[in-house]
Amino acid sequence: MELKVNGRIHSVAAAPDTPLLYVLREDLQLNAAKYGCGLGQCGACTVMVDGEAVLSCVVPILLLQGKEIMTVEGLGSIDKPGPMQRAFIEEQAAQCGYCIPGMMMRAQALLQKNPQTSDAEIRRQLEQNLCRCGTHMRILRAVRRAAQLMQTPETAVDTGRST
Amino acid sequence: MTAVGADTSVRRSVSRRAVLQGTGALIVTFTIFPVASSQETGGAKTSAGAPKLPGSLTNAPFLDAWIRIDADGSATAFTGKAELGQGIKTALLQVTAEELEVPLNHLTLITADTALTADEGYTAGSHSTQDSGTALRNAAAQAREILIGEAARRMNLPADQLKAANGTVIAPNGARLSYADLVSPTLLHVQAQPNSKLKDPDSFRIMNRSQPRVDIPGKVTGGSVYVQDMRLPGMLHARVVRPPSYGAQLATVDTGAVERMPGVVRIVRDGNFLAVVAEREYQAIKAMRSLAVATQWRERPALPKQADLAATLLSLPVEDFTIFEKPVSTSTAAATAVEATYTRPYLAHASVGPSCAIAQLQDGSLTVWTHTQGVYPDRQAIAAMLGLAPEKVHCIHVEGSGCYGHNGADDAAGDAALIASQVPGHPIRVQWMREQEFAWEPFGPAMITKAHASLDSSGRIADWDYGVWSNTHSTRPGPAGSLLAGQHMARAFPPPPPKPLPQPEGGGDRNAIPLYELPRAKVVHHFIPSMPIRVSALRSLGAHMNVFSIESFMDELALAAHSDPVAFRLEHLNDPRARAVVTTAADRFGWAARQKGGNGRGCGFGFARYKNLAAYCAIALELEVERETGRVRVQRIVAAVDTGQVVNPDGIRNQIEGGILQSISWTLYESVSFDETRILCVDWSTYPILRFDSVPNRVDVDLVDRPGQPFLGCGEASQGPASAALANAIADAIGKRLRELPLTAARIKAAVGI
Ligand code: FES
Ligand code: FES
Repeated sequence: MELKVNGRIHSVAAAPDTPLLYVLREDLQLNAAKYGCGLGQCGACTVMVDGEAVLSCVVPILLLQGKEIMTVEGLGSIDKPGPMQRAFIEEQAAQCGYCIPGMMMRAQALLQKNPQTSDAEIRRQLEQNLCRCGTHMRILRAVRRAAQLMQTPETAVDTGRST
Repeated sequence: MTAVGADTSVRRSVSRRAVLQGTGALIVTFTIFPVASSQETGGAKTSAGAPKLPGSLTNAPFLDAWIRIDADGSATAFTGKAELGQGIKTALLQVTAEELEVPLNHLTLITADTALTADEGYTAGSHSTQDSGTALRNAAAQAREILIGEAARRMNLPADQLKAANGTVIAPNGARLSYADLVSPTLLHVQAQPNSKLKDPDSFRIMNRSQPRVDIPGKVTGGSVYVQDMRLPGMLHARVVRPPSYGAQLATVDTGAVERMPGVVRIVRDGNFLAVVAEREYQAIKAMRSLAVATQWRERPALPKQADLAATLLSLPVEDFTIFEKPVSTSTAAATAVEATYTRPYLAHASVGPSCAIAQLQDGSLTVWTHTQGVYPDRQAIAAMLGLAPEKVHCIHVEGSGCYGHNGADDAAGDAALIASQVPGHPIRVQWMREQEFAWEPFGPAMITKAHASLDSSGRIADWDYGVWSNTHSTRPGPAGSLLAGQHMARAFPPPPPKPLPQPEGGGDRNAIPLYELPRAKVVHHFIPSMPIRVSALRSLGAHMNVFSIESFMDELALAAHSDPVAFRLEHLNDPRARAVVTTAADRFGWAARQKGGNGRGCGFGFARYKNLAAYCAIALELEVERETGRVRVQRIVAAVDTGQVVNPDGIRNQIEGGILQSISWTLYESVSFDETRILCVDWSTYPILRFDSVPNRVDVDLVDRPGQPFLGCGEASQGPASAALANAIADAIGKRLRELPLTAARIKAAVGI
C-alpha cells in the first residue's frame, strides 16, 4: 500500500494492521518518531497527519491511505534545520532527547493552526506528552521561540556541532 | 559521535590496534613536568605514600588511553563514561579541547566501549566529570606539554618559550609546528604523571562557557542516535515473554501456532526464559502476544501487602551500621524534643523509551550494543551467563532513553545476548515493551527514616539521632545472576547477595549524615538484606529520602524553635560553601520578604551537599495548594548550586532543572503499586508522573562560580533539596506536616480536612 510521508509517496509491504510507527521506523528508516508505550499514553511517537498531531503507535496504516503524514524529518535537516528544530537547538531543549521529536510534532501542529497561541494553550496541548528527564521548562521556551521563528523568516542559528 | 556507534567504533578499533601493534609492548616513562602550581590537581598521596594519579587515570595510566593524535592532526579523546542525556560528551570535549589547545570542533570523543576505552566502571553517582573529566583534563594538559617538549627539541628552543594554540606549537619568532608534524605513534604512549600543568581558569576559552550540546542537533532532526535507531544488516527482531510475576515458573507452552505465524524465525526457550524472534518488528510483537496467551505459569504470592509496607520492612532482619557518632561535648539541658518518621515508597525509573539492545554472535565472539551504564560490568555478567571468556564479549555503549540509574538496560542486553547465542550470525534486536519495563525494572527502594532531636533553651539543636531503614541501592552487574536472563534461564544463576554500599558515598545511607554542626549526634544505617521487590540504583540513591527527611525535620525543628527556616539552617552551618548556596538561593528568591505562609500559599527551603562531597545545592520554592482538591501548583523555584570549577554552565543548569522537575514528580505523584503476587503499575495510567499542567511557572538556577576548584558532580544534587523544599512549602501553605511520600493531592486534601 502507499503512504505519503514528508511529501513523498512510499509503497510499503507491511501488513495493513501494522501501526504507522513501525512502518516509519522499519520500512522508511525514519528515526524521529519513537516507541515509548505503544498504548497511546506518552506521545513519544507523535507525528502529524493532515496537520493534526496523531499517536503513530496506535494508528494502523490502513487508515492512512491518501493522507499527508509528516515527521520531524520533514521539518528540516541537521544541515538546514527548520524553525521548530532551530528553536529546540537554540534553547538546548533536550536531555536524553527521546521525548523531544514527539513534543516537536505536537507543537508544530499547534503552531500551524494558531501561531499566536498562548502559554496556557501550549501547556494544555503538550499535556499528553511525557518527559522523564524534566526538560519541560526548556521545551516550553523552545515552543515559544519556534512560534517567533516561524513568523521571522531566516533567523540566524547556531546549530552546534555535529560530529 | 552522534552517528550510530558501530561504524565509528569499528574504524577506531582498527586504527587503534594498528597504533598499539606499532608500539608493541614498549613502555616509555619519563618525567617531564616541573613543579606544581596552585592550579594543579591530583597531587594527592595515596595511603601508601605514592602520588596518586588524578581522576580515572589511576585505572588507565597511559596517556594514549585517553588522548590520540593521528598523523593528520585529528585529535580523539576516549572516555569510559557514557552519554545518558546528561551532556557528558560536550563537557568532556570542552575539558579536553581546553587543555589540549585544539578547537572544540576538531576533537572527536569515543565513549564507553570495551574494545576502545578505559574501564571506568559505571556512569553513575555524578562521577563522570570528577573521574573522567579530571582524567581527560590532566591527560590533555600532559599531552600538550609533551607536544611542546617535542617542538622545543626540534626547534632547539627552551620549552618555556613556546606555547600551544589551535593544534599548533608556536615559537616567539612566529615559527610553528602543528600537532600533526610533531606526533609519532609512541609520543603519547607514556605513563601519566601525578601533576599536570593545568591552565589558569582566567585563560579558559572553552571551559566555563556555555557550549551547545554536541548531541542535540542529531536528536532534533531524526538522526540515528539511540540504540533503538540502529538497523544492522540481517537484523532480526526479538520480544521476550516475561513471567507474570517474580519467581513464576513456566509450566507449559504450546509453541506450535506461534511458530507458523508470519515472519516468525524462532522461539527461544531456556528454563523460564521465553522469547520469539521474527523478521519484522510488528511480527515479533504479535507473535509475543500469541505466545504469552499460549503459556501457563505457576505463580506464588511472595510480595508484602502494599498497605503494610513500612511495617513489613521494619519487621525484616537488619544489619546495623553506626555511620556517624559524635559524643556529647558540653552537656546542655534539652528543652524541647521533636521526633518524626518519614516513609518513601518504591519508585520507578520509568524511562520514556523502554530498554533495548542488539547482540550478534559471530565466530564465537559476541558484540552487544547497549545503553548500559557500565560496559565492562555488563560484559562480565553476559560472559559469565553464556560461559564465554570476557574477551569474547564486546560491549559498545549506544545511547538510549534517559535511564536515571539501573533500569532495564542491562537486562535487555542480557536478553539480546542470550537470544543471539541461540540464533548465531544475525544481529538480534530486543525491545522491551512498556509493561515489561515497568514490571521488571529494578525499582528505587522503599525507605523509612526516623529522626529524633532536642533543642536547648536557646533554640539550637542539642542532640540528634537518626536512623534509615533500606535495602541495598545497587544490584548492578557484574555477576550473571544480576541479569534477568541469567536468573530465568535453566541454569538459573542466583541473584548476588545484597551488600550495603560503603560510606562516605553510601547507598541507603547516602546523605544520612547531616552537614549541620551538631553537639551530639548518632546516625545508624539499618540495612535490610532481604528484598521482597527487585531494587537497585535510582538517581541519587538514598540521598533523595535522607535529604527529604533531614530537611523536613530541620523545618520541624525551626518551627519548634520559633526560628526562620533559613536562619535556623545558617545557625547550624559552618561550611562557607554551604552557607554561600543557602544565602544565594534565599537572596535570589527574596526569602526574607516572602509572603507569610497560609491559606494555601507557602514557601519552602531545602539544602544539601550531595553525598557530603559533591555539588552543593539549595532550593527555595513557592507554591499554591488548591484546598478543595489538595492539588499542588508550584509557582517559582530558585536554586543555587556550587559544582566547583564549572565546565558547561548551561549543561549544569539543564541537569539541575531536570533534577528538580523529576523530584517534583517523585515527591508529589509516584509510587510503585503491587499486590501480593504481581507488580500492578505497568503503564502510564497506573504510574502517573509529572505532566505539563503541573510544571512550575519559573525555575531559575544560579551557579556559584568556583574557578580552579575540583569538579563536583551535579547530576544528582537537586533531587533531595527539591523534595524537601516542596514538603516544607506544603507545610507552610496548609499548616500541617506530611511525612509520607508521595505527597499526593489525596493526602494533602485529607490533611487540610475540608
Ligand atoms: S508510543 Fe505512542 S503514545 Fe506512547
Ligand atoms: S528529554 Fe529525556 S524524556 Fe524528555
